[in-house]
This record gives sequence, C-alpha cells and structure tokens, in this order.
Amino acid sequence: MSDRRNLFNRVWDLHAVRTLDNQQTQLFIGLHLIHEVTSPQAFEMLRERGLKVAFPSQTVATVDHIVPTADQSRPFQDLLAEQMMTAIEKNCDEFGVTLMDLQDGRQGIVHVVGPEQGLTQPGMTIVCGDSHTSTHGAFGSIAIGIGTSNVAQVLATQTMFLNRPKVRRVVVNGDLAPGVYAKDVILHIIQKLGVQGGVGYAYEYAGSTFDAMSMEERMTVCNMSIEGGARCGYINPDEKTVEYLRGRPYAPQGEDFDKAAAWWLSLASGDDAEFDDEVVFDAADIEPTVTWGITPAQSVGVSQPLPKLQDSPAGEQVLLKEALDFMGLDEGQPVAGTPIDVAFIGSCTNGRISDLREAARVAEGQQVAASVKAIVVPGSQLVREQAMQEGLHEIFEAAGFEWRGAGCSMCLAMNPDKLQGREVCASSSNRNFKGRQGSPTGRTLLMSPAMVAAAAIEGKVTDIREFAGTPA
Amino acid sequence: MPERLPDGAAVVRAQLAVYLPEDILMPSAWPHKLADAAWQRPKRNTNMSTEIKTVTGTGIPLLLDDIDTDRIIPARYLRCVTFDGLGKHAFEDDRQQDPSHPFDNPSYAGASVLIAGRNFGCGSSREHAPQSLMRWGLKAIVAESFAEIFFGNCGSLGIVAVRASREDLIRLAAAVEADPAAQVSVDLEALEVSVGEETVSVEMPDSARDALVTGDWDYLGQLLSAADQVTAHARTLPYLNGYPG
Repeated sequence: MSDRRNLFNRVWDLHAVRTLDNQQTQLFIGLHLIHEVTSPQAFEMLRERGLKVAFPSQTVATVDHIVPTADQSRPFQDLLAEQMMTAIEKNCDEFGVTLMDLQDGRQGIVHVVGPEQGLTQPGMTIVCGDSHTSTHGAFGSIAIGIGTSNVAQVLATQTMFLNRPKVRRVVVNGDLAPGVYAKDVILHIIQKLGVQGGVGYAYEYAGSTFDAMSMEERMTVCNMSIEGGARCGYINPDEKTVEYLRGRPYAPQGEDFDKAAAWWLSLASGDDAEFDDEVVFDAADIEPTVTWGITPAQSVGVSQPLPKLQDSPAGEQVLLKEALDFMGLDEGQPVAGTPIDVAFIGSCTNGRISDLREAARVAEGQQVAASVKAIVVPGSQLVREQAMQEGLHEIFEAAGFEWRGAGCSMCLAMNPDKLQGREVCASSSNRNFKGRQGSPTGRTLLMSPAMVAAAAIEGKVTDIREFAGTPA
Repeated sequence: MPERLPDGAAVVRAQLAVYLPEDILMPSAWPHKLADAAWQRPKRNTNMSTEIKTVTGTGIPLLLDDIDTDRIIPARYLRCVTFDGLGKHAFEDDRQQDPSHPFDNPSYAGASVLIAGRNFGCGSSREHAPQSLMRWGLKAIVAESFAEIFFGNCGSLGIVAVRASREDLIRLAAAVEADPAAQVSVDLEALEVSVGEETVSVEMPDSARDALVTGDWDYLGQLLSAADQVTAHARTLPYLNGYPG
C-alpha cells in the first residue's frame, strides 16, 4: 500500500521520540533558532537546574528585535537593550552556542538568517521563540513558534511536547496578475479564513500559484501562517528548494548534497496524500491587498471599500467598530487614498533581497512625499550587502528613503524605530495590532513592499497597478 | 516594588522563585550580579509542579475577540532579561485609552479568573503575555477560544485555560459584572465554571487538563526523563547521521 501521509505527518513521525498516554508527542527538534528577547529567561532556567544545552550544534543564535538600525555602536543608548545584548552574548558563550552578532557579518532577522545560511532545511523540525518561525516551512519543514518555557525545554533536551495538529491543504491555482505579490496571496487567505481559522491546523500551501513562486515569496506566505491562527505553514520541497540551498554554508556539501536533495524531495506530499481539510482559491480573485483594521484579516483589495457594519455578521460588529474607531476610518470608505505618515519596508515577512528589488523598482526616479518619513531596513547584513552591490541603496536614498542596518526595526518597535502618536504607517510587516509599531495609538496598514513604496511616494495608499512607471 | 501575589498561590511562588531577584533589573547591578546570583542561589528541587484541580477567586470580564499578545503586554516591556515586574503593565496601552477598562476598575482588583472572548492571546509567541497576566493575579482564563502558542504557554506556567460557549461566557460575564465580589470557581475535574447561580460546562484538551490535575506539568522534568531515548532517536535522523542512498 502506498504511503498516503502528507509531508507534515511524515516529518512529524520521523521526529516523534515517544507519545504519552495523553496523546502528547515528545518531538525531537532538528534546529533551534534563538534571539535575544525570548531566550534570557530560558538560559536562566537551565542555570537554575544545573543543565547544559543538549545539542549545541543544532542551536544557533542571532540578534534582531532590539537592534538599533541607525546607530549600532555599543553600548546601545537604550540600557535595557544593552542588557539584553550582553545577556545573549554571555549565554551563548557560556553554553557553547554559535552567535551571529552585529560584528559577525551574518546577523539579521532570525527568519531571514536561517534560510540564508542554509540552516533551514526540508524535513527538519524547527523551533524558535518567535511566532514567525512558520517562515521556515517554505522549505518543507515543520517550523513552529514557541514560548520561553519551551525554549528552555528545547535547549535542555532538544525536544518538546506537542499535540499533533490536523493538516489543511490551502490550494491556490493560477497566475498572479501584475502588481499582485505573495504578500497579497497570504493576506487574501487570512481575510477569507479569518485570524482564528487555522487554530488546530498546520497549513500545507499547494497549487500552481505556490509552485510558481520563488523561495523568498514562499517564505512570505509561510511567515504569516500564524496570523491566520495556524500552528505552522509549509510548502513541499521541489527543485527550487534544492537549488536555493545548494552551496549555502550550513547545507550539506558535495555528494552529500545530492543525497540530501533526493531525501528532501522524497518527503513531499504525494498526489494521493490525505488531508483533514482542504480549501481552494483562485489566483485571479486576488488583487493588491491592504489591511485597514487591527487584525491581519481586516483587509480589502485596494480597489475595494471598507466593509459596512450593517453588512457584517452580528458577531463581528463589535470588533469591526472597535477597528474603525481606532483607525479613524469610516465604514464603506475606499481604502485607496488613505493618507500615510510613515512607510516601512522590511521585516521577516518582506525584508529579503527580492522585496527590496521590487520596492526599488517602484522608487527609482521618484520622490517620497514631503509629509512621509520612509525607511528601508534589510532583513540581514547579507541582504544589505547584496542590495548595496546592486546599488539599491542609492535608488532608495535618491528617492528620499532612509537606508538602515539590519533588524526587526519598526515591525514591532522594541528598538528606536517607532511610530509617534497617531501616525499611519504603510508597512510591509506582518501585524497591524493596536500599538504594534511602538505608539499605543499608532496605526498600521499592511501591504506588499511595492505598495509601500508607491504609498511613500504618493503620500497615500495607492493601487500599484495604476502607479506610474510600474511595468504592465 | 514587590508585585501583588494571590494568597496561597504556591504555584505562582514556585514559578517566581525560578527567576532572578528584582535587583538584577537595576542597571547598576548588571552584569556582574547575574553571575553572582546564579552562583549563590541554592539548587532547587526539579519537581516544581503542583496539582491544580480547582481555581477559585473573583472574576474579571473582558469579552472582546482577537485580543493579541501585543495588547496584553506591549513590546517595550519585552526589553528585559527576567519576567519580574510585568504584572503592572498588563493591558497598559488599552487601559490608557479606555478609562473604563476592567483591569483599571477597582471592583475587579484582585481577580483570579478572566472571562474572555474568541482567539484570546493571538499573535506573538511572547511568554511575557501570560506571565504578565499571572503576575497581575490571574490564575485561570475562560474564553471562547485561545491562540495555540498562548495556550501552550499557559500550560507551561500552570495557568488554567478553558473554553466555553459564547452564550455561557456572556452569562458568566453578566454574573461577574452584577456582583464583582462573587466567587468564580473553575473545576477542572468536573469541567465546570460556576459563579453565583450560574454553572456552565467548559472544555480543555485532555492532555493539558490531565497535566494540571495530576500536577504533572513540569514538562522539562518529563522531557529530561527520556534523555536516553532522545539520544537514540537522534541517531535515526538523516540530517544528523547521513542521508540514505
């Protein structure tokens, strides 16, 4: 009988050390990524119990959340950030964990660094004390975000307990129209399935739309799985996955690589693979998408108006009204034309080289509106270096964007990059929660990097398809 | 300033004892104190779990949907190396913008049981969120549903997180609002929550419930107990031991 397990269940079974009577599985973790925010308490728990890191070779750290993107000289001006930096340096040194810090040349957002270094590989279980760990699922791995107690558990044992989720296949077929990006695809999926629609599920993204995507685009999609409530999201490995990993520093080398590639491809869900649920979308229905509210599901196509209270289900009206009030927007108004104060290009969702290239294409020869503060923050030091080799920084700076150092920056504003007061930010990041970008009353509109660049130049939300200079 | 701890919450005290003393937060004490503190502290018993079969205390209603962890604890308070002091910042930005926020309402001060809506704790994986609620004084959350990472984090901390229907949550919230001094009882064995005349059924996955009821929620201890199996299992993984073919 053929093996009809999907990739998720194959990888899960491979890593199941034991299953308890209560159905919890002790799962071996292939790669544990660490950063400065959710690890200090975990290392302290190890000290408390006199424990070591069980598999230091499978544990890699970098610094991203608190890193200033303008002045990176030490000690940081923010004493608390300096303490956290000191703590991760000390912890990694003491426990024998590789740390890619600011002097290293490989530092960056943990979900950019992992794939870039070839640490992220198909068939692995990957965890990190960060919800956007789902990014790594783009390679056909089980990649989940965990809390600090879990970080301590994985440090000490390289395992953790999990209940096996169900697997939903999210199918999107067809070609994306010009101006429609991976970001729009995942915003569309979340809008249709809701921010809690994925609870209890892992998402397998399948169909010709994902097949056609680059690895970086697939990472953008998987990155936001958590915003749809899913435990994780993944895409089956294919030749693009293999070619992306070939030659990366931590990927297998030489003959070993070919053997690894064959094994990776063998893990993919077969045509007859079984799923607990399936939903199907048509790429032709997806237009450039913008969030207008306070959850990532509160979005509309850029040509569409905001919803009206009376047209919404009774159970949703409280949240809808809360969002409209907070955003200072009116029901039924068009989203295009909404004025912005700040433009942010970067984050683990859209801070990779292809994102910067798309944004630069829009910005080239243009000028950021006088009323807008615009920043471009590469996802890693290597992305930054690549962009500078291509001259992208010159395009951005000539257009009036600030060109920054690598880090999480204004996605979550644990560093000096923050909104002020009620500023409205066109952002290529992943969350539009109240206060997310550092000002309790600051407002976020999520969109693709190209749309952020267009909004920066026009000073308002702009349909990229109608923006001058965009190729048809 | 010491945080308010609920009386008799042995579990909370056990958790607090894990972390560094407050003076480590003082910039002047950093980083030398860290090493000193770690060195001087006696090794604790590795079994820190306590049986949690019921939670009883007053309630606090917050029946909103999709409350994310950025709202529970704004990111600026994640700039820390311990969880100390997070209790007073729970819902800080929401409280500042809403003068009638329940977490600022003196009637609900000292509450142990939160009545919440759908998809509570969505967003970031930050354990700082349930830590801040626990340090504020909460011992149980009754909600329509929970985001999964948040739910797992609650389990790690011994916070009871149970689901109830929307209708029942509305009844519970109304009963708490009518009499904020009323005792809310969360019974994990009967899977019921009661306040005043109201008693409603609640749900919790068996694995999470059994762990709390039996006191077996020291997951680190359990994971460590299978160390030999883990070592053996690691030898079966292609990416650690060579690929087939």
